[in-house]
Amino acid sequence: MKKYTYTEKKDTRSGFGAGLLEAGKRNEQVVALCADLIGSLKMDAFIKEFPDRFFQIGIAEANMMGIAAGLTIGGKIPFTGTFANFSTGRVYDQIRQSIAYSDKNVKICASHAGLTLGEDGATHQILEDIGMMKMLPGMTVINPCDYNQTMAATIAIADHHGPVYLRFGRPVVPVFTPADQKFEIGKAWMVNEGTDVSIFATGHMVWKAIEAGEKLAEMGISAEIINIHTIKPLDEEAVLKSAAKTKCVVTAEEHNRYGGLGDSIAQVLSTNNPVPQEYVAVNDSFGESGTPDQLMKKYGLDTEDIIKAVQRAMKRK
Amino acid sequence: MTPDIDKLTKLAAQVRRDIVRMVHGCQSGHPGGSLGCADYFVALYFHALKHNKDFNMDGTGEDLFFLSNGHISPVWYSVLARSGYFDVSELATFRKINSRLQGHPTTHEGLPGIRVASGSLGQGMSVAIGAALAKKLNNDGRVVYSLHGDGELQEGQTWEAAMYASHNKVDNLISAIDVNGQQIDGSTETVLSLGNLRAKWEAFGWDVLDMNGNDMADVVRVLDLALAKTGKGKPIMILMQTMMGNGIDFMMHSHKWHGVAPNDEQLALALAQVEETHGDY
Repeated sequence: MKKYTYTEKKDTRSGFGAGLLEAGKRNEQVVALCADLIGSLKMDAFIKEFPDRFFQIGIAEANMMGIAAGLTIGGKIPFTGTFANFSTGRVYDQIRQSIAYSDKNVKICASHAGLTLGEDGATHQILEDIGMMKMLPGMTVINPCDYNQTMAATIAIADHHGPVYLRFGRPVVPVFTPADQKFEIGKAWMVNEGTDVSIFATGHMVWKAIEAGEKLAEMGISAEIINIHTIKPLDEEAVLKSAAKTKCVVTAEEHNRYGGLGDSIAQVLSTNNPVPQEYVAVNDSFGESGTPDQLMKKYGLDTEDIIKAVQRAMKRK
Repeated sequence: MTPDIDKLTKLAAQVRRDIVRMVHGCQSGHPGGSLGCADYFVALYFHALKHNKDFNMDGTGEDLFFLSNGHISPVWYSVLARSGYFDVSELATFRKINSRLQGHPTTHEGLPGIRVASGSLGQGMSVAIGAALAKKLNNDGRVVYSLHGDGELQEGQTWEAAMYASHNKVDNLISAIDVNGQQIDGSTETVLSLGNLRAKWEAFGWDVLDMNGNDMADVVRVLDLALAKTGKGKPIMILMQTMMGNGIDFMMHSHKWHGVAPNDEQLALALAQVEETHGDY
């Protein structure tokens, strides 16, 4: 079992900010738009370097999505930035018609996703965004796990032609993936090989899965941990290969249990190789105010919840 | 170049025939607004717009046009075909299975001339602004046109776009509103009053022009005037007064023909009123 350590904690949104700057340096067609949340989205460095390639839209997210769609006509690669709630639910129809159905090369970059937004509460804690975005034909959906991976993903999506939803978060979390990693869209990342259970985790839940894996090892359980940073297109081959080996599955995501990563995995398993699956996800509810740690515990998204889910899944083999 | 108004008017008659025949052919679609905007579309594509019928999506070095009220697709399809973007025979496939001429315009089926899908209302001005910003970034001096319905102004996104365009001096944009005073459930006055549109757009910081949208000479005059006003720090809005159903007497003076197809008898009555000037498809 690989041992993962970290020397610092950083927020994934800062990984986005760093990645956006780098993508802008590599390709002059990259432009950025923001709906009055420059600081929250960590877009300052890009704006300082490329002031003419940044568009402050104001508090008008629907207009931002339309302007981004229009900018692609003329060859630009627009990155929109706002909170995940305002990047998806608020503008679903604009994304659907002007971006997805119109095949526009827009990168929808969404911060403060999930419960870990914390004290702002449920109005801002979207837990349905992965579901909404993955249902759109042609949309790529990515939820990286730490600062380095978010930076790498941001650079990678600039080179991918087509609409992308990139989801990241607010709190500082351990940085444990390599700084020089090559991000491959749609390719699952093997965190740790194991034989007793497959844990498929995305976003902030990947580190919690690693923590769970260490405790499970102490209990004599060998967990295979796979980081599903790309929820769509899903790496079905990796899912099926692991499930065939371990014969039971746990999925972990900071999202509603309906419509998220768990459902995507369940669909692959049920149509190919049905094995027991347990969900670690929010149980069809809204969030509330609190610290990120308090919320993850209260809503069943903690390391202990993954361990319990593993035990349930293994019993059902 | 001084345009031949008579020639444009004759072409608009053919476009009106295309519209009623297309809508009749599939027994669905929106003839009212299409007929009202026939003169604008003909003047735009055969006089104002500097465009290349060999379509490419980016349209670098060309003027671009965006239709926000996508339900008047029949008039656009007719004018695109008559401009040479695709063969006029394809108009017969409108709204039928496996057609590139979808009920509402889309890029999805690869129809030349279309750069974004529209139909769900209120989105076109934002897209047009984005395309205009890309032209500025690319040092492309051509302009962007967009058309919107008056009822469509009830969608709030239009006003987000309106604020943005003036604040950011998007002065390579010439938008027009089809002011026909009608929407599906009745007149705009009874459904949700639009108030003083000139005052509203001026208050939003736009340069506002009036146009009689069913007088070809005036359509051409105002389109020329609008172009002369580009590059002066303000987006341009044309308030285009039209008659829904214009050219077919029994389709005018009512919202009834917004989205209704004529039957065989009504088609014959309609075609008797508009001359076949360029050959039916």
